[in-house]
Amino acid sequence: MSIGTYTPRPGAAPLPRMIAAQTVFETKMLLRNGEQLLLTVIIPALLLVLFSSVDIITVPVGTAEGPGRSVDFLAPGVLALAVMSTAFTGQAIATGFERRYGVLKLLGTSPLPRWALMTAKTLSVLVTEVLQVALLTAIAFGLGWSPHGSPFAVFLLLVLGTAAFSGLGLLMAGTLRAEATLAAANLVFLLLLVGGGVIVPLDKFPEAVRSVLGLLPISALSDGLRDVLQHGAAVPWSGLGILAVWAVLGLGAAARFFRWE
Amino acid sequence: MISPAMTGRWRRDAEHLVSAGAPEPRAAEPHPLFRLHVMRSEPVVQVTGLVKRYGTKTAVDGLDLEVRAGSVTAVLGPNGAGKTTTVETCEGYRRPDAGTVRVLGLDPVADAARLRPRIGVMLQSGGVYSGARADEMLRHMAALHAHPLDVDALIERLGLGSCGRTTYRRLSGGQQQRLALAMAVVGRPELVFLDEPTAGLDPQARRSTWDLVGELREDGVSTVLTTHFMDEAEQLADDVAIIDAGRVIAQGSPEELCRGGAENTLRFTGRPGLDIASLLKALPVGTLAAELTPGTYRITGKVDPQLLATVTSWCAQHGVMPSGISVERHSLEDVFLELTGKDLRS
Repeated sequence: MSIGTYTPRPGAAPLPRMIAAQTVFETKMLLRNGEQLLLTVIIPALLLVLFSSVDIITVPVGTAEGPGRSVDFLAPGVLALAVMSTAFTGQAIATGFERRYGVLKLLGTSPLPRWALMTAKTLSVLVTEVLQVALLTAIAFGLGWSPHGSPFAVFLLLVLGTAAFSGLGLLMAGTLRAEATLAAANLVFLLLLVGGGVIVPLDKFPEAVRSVLGLLPISALSDGLRDVLQHGAAVPWSGLGILAVWAVLGLGAAARFFRWE
Repeated sequence: MISPAMTGRWRRDAEHLVSAGAPEPRAAEPHPLFRLHVMRSEPVVQVTGLVKRYGTKTAVDGLDLEVRAGSVTAVLGPNGAGKTTTVETCEGYRRPDAGTVRVLGLDPVADAARLRPRIGVMLQSGGVYSGARADEMLRHMAALHAHPLDVDALIERLGLGSCGRTTYRRLSGGQQQRLALAMAVVGRPELVFLDEPTAGLDPQARRSTWDLVGELREDGVSTVLTTHFMDEAEQLADDVAIIDAGRVIAQGSPEELCRGGAENTLRFTGRPGLDIASLLKALPVGTLAAELTPGTYRITGKVDPQLLATVTSWCAQHGVMPSGISVERHSLEDVFLELTGKDLRS
């Protein structure tokens, strides 16, 4: 390279360009990661197909317009699972390892401000969720799904659910060791998959347990989506309320306790 | 011990200049040399009385450091001396417990947003997404800057083209190091911090890194690097700060540091039984000379070009062909040993 090649000419790229670049990069890393794809795409899709076509668990199939199919119960639950897999499990694991490998540290001296990094991470999660929702919705329609309710209520639930799960995922990634995050995030994913009303209706659990499980963010999201998509409810206030509380607590704690190194 | 040929600091060699071609004219910017001149006015890094503690352990204990604009400054010391803590405080990662740190005239913590675009950082390890390929990581880093270097040219310059589609976690240690170096310079910073840039590199890759640091200096980029390799500091640095137990115990150019203290030695071989007394008369007072084994001579004292000339002209007068002339200079390693009583690599 010729003389003068390295002559200083410093400067940050314009903020929107930096955020866009970071979003594209993060999304690319996420979609390239095999384990992440298993979690965010393959498992939800498999569960949807398997439990819709084989009668493993008896689920309440009644819809706003009378009797429906099991996919009418399962599709909202699997959409909730998809949000959790990306915003919580996937984001926690990826961010935990970025922290461990000094990626967050190095970006801390790049021109990209930290808030812009977090914005890009959020956008990347949202982009992934759009892809997930498109794919899972297509599969569900293929299985004979007939959704009801207002798309706006669904949108609100998905956004608040994303905020709640992101806060919890980032809290975990920013405080635990990367290996601990990996283990814990997967364990939580599994536990909430079973006990969060995703494929197993909450009323299969004893009354006392059920009222506690109902306060989990995954239950609030899956039952909230079910209220709208299966039963045609207008605005599922209790679900939105629970998610909002989790979002405030999770994001607040993450902002307070997150360590970059 | 090293020979005089090796002690000359880095210079871009003639071959480089020929292959380099003419610099591109850029009307909006001053000539690089002019920039250099302008930038030399005030230090790019000014650390005064820095104290940094981790719990009860004091990592940095009243450290002063000044880095001249356009220079290469090596922070030299054993592991645990406080090198990384010092550099990371300059980078804004740590808040000083006492003392002040100014980088490019800014407070690295309070003015971080203004400082970050102007510096380049190479961490001691990591800093790259494990699933990213070298080229895309570098391209991404470039995208965060307003006027980045030509990524393809930089990839070629650092021999990263061979990484192909391999992701970071599967690159060799040397490739990972070179990628980290490329990421530090791609944004065309005024000042780069390199934390042990050649640790774990093979000699060829090490040389290539040294060459790049030299090119950065020629183009007016200031560099602060930490190292525990003496030869690296001697070859690369304009200034060396020797750190031990969180303090700077000596600072100066490698020549200055090596001049103080122990004396240097000149050796040559010739015919056995030369008249040592006559040779000594020609040399400055205080110089010692001895025939170690028949035909092997050692002169100890202030070995400078004048002394070398005196010895060779004395030999010429006496019809002696001195062969195997070597000058053993006091090295930074010796300086460190003298100052601290311990081996730098221990």
